[in-house]
Amino acid sequence: MTDKLSHIWVYLSASPLLWLAMTLLAYQAGFWLYRRHGLHPQLNPVAIAVVLLVAVLKLSGTPYQSYFDGAQFVHFLLGPATVALAVPLYNHIGHVRRMLLPLLAALLAGSATAIVSAVGIGWALGASPATLLSLAPKSVTTPIAMGIAEKTGGLPSLTAVLVICTGILGAIMAKPILDLLKIRDEAVRGFAVGVAAHGIGTARAFQVSQLAGAFSGLAMGLNGLVTAVLLPLLVRPLGLG
Amino acid sequence: MLGSITLLLLFQLAGEALVQLLDLPIPGPVMGMLLLLLALFVRGSTPQPLNATADGLLQHLSLLFVPAGVGIMLHLARVADEWLAIGAALVGSTALTIAVTALVMRGLSRPGAKERRR
Repeated sequence: MTDKLSHIWVYLSASPLLWLAMTLLAYQAGFWLYRRHGLHPQLNPVAIAVVLLVAVLKLSGTPYQSYFDGAQFVHFLLGPATVALAVPLYNHIGHVRRMLLPLLAALLAGSATAIVSAVGIGWALGASPATLLSLAPKSVTTPIAMGIAEKTGGLPSLTAVLVICTGILGAIMAKPILDLLKIRDEAVRGFAVGVAAHGIGTARAFQVSQLAGAFSGLAMGLNGLVTAVLLPLLVRPLGLG
Repeated sequence: MLGSITLLLLFQLAGEALVQLLDLPIPGPVMGMLLLLLALFVRGSTPQPLNATADGLLQHLSLLFVPAGVGIMLHLARVADEWLAIGAALVGSTALTIAVTALVMRGLSRPGAKERRR
C-alpha cells in the first residue's frame, strides 16, 4: 500500500498537473477565506496561497523548479492579462483625460518615491548592494521588474519575490492609509494603489470598484514604463552603479 | 471568449515583436496593452466578448502572481539575513508611495472634481 502510494506520488509529482492543481487550490482556499471575511485586506489571497504552497513544497521536499514546471501555465497568463488592462482603461478614458495633468504629476512623484525610499531605507539598515538593486524596482509589475533587475545587476528571482511582497503589502495598507488621508475619490485611490502595488494592488482595486481598478491598471502600466526608463538613470546617482 | 483570448495573445505577440524590433526598454505585454488601447480608439468601442474576457482575467489577476511568489523559498536565507532592512524598506516605501501619489494627485485635481464619482 505504502509502495503503491509512493509510486503514485513519484508519478504525479513529475507531471505539471499536480502543482498546477495545487496552485489553483491554494488560491481558492485563500480567496474563500478572504471573501468569508468581507474582502478583508489583511487576508490577502496571494499571501495565503504562497504560505500554503511553500509549506507543502518544503514538507514534501519538492524543489521550486518542479513546482514551477506546473505553475508556469498560470504564470504565463500574466502576459495576456497585462494586455487586457487596455479594456477597462479604454472604458474609462473620458475620466482619465479629465485628470491627465494631476495623473502624470502623481505618477512621476510616486514612481520616484518608490525607488528612492526603498533604496534609502534598505541602505540605512545595511542591506547588501545586490538586495538594494533588487529592491529598487519593487513597485512595478513582475515581468518589468525582473527585466530591470537583470539590466542593473540585481537578482531577478529575488526581485520577483520582493515585487510580490510589495503588492501584498500595498493591498493590505492602502485602505488604512487612504482613509487616514481622507482620500475618497475612487480614481485617486485606485491610481495610488496601482503606482505602489502594481497588479496585486490592481486586483484588490477591481474587487472594490471598476473605476478604481481601471485607474490602478493604468497606474501599473504607466509606472512600469516610467520605472523602466528612470531606474537605470538613477542607479549611479544613488551610488549603486 | 475564444476569439477574444486569441485577440489578446495576438496583441501580446505584436507587442513582443515590436519591442524586439525597436530594442525598447519596456516589456512586450505592456507594449501589447498600448497597441490594444490604440486599436480600441480606432474602432471607437469595446466588443462585448472582449469586455467579458478582460473582466474574467482581471477579476483574478492576483492568482497569476502566486507562482512567482512561491519563489521566496529560493531566497529564505537572504531574507532571513536581511529581514529588517528588507521588511522596513518594503513597508516604509510602499506606504510612502501610496501617500505621495494620492496627495499629489488630489492636490492637483480641481476641487470640484473630487467627490464626483463616489
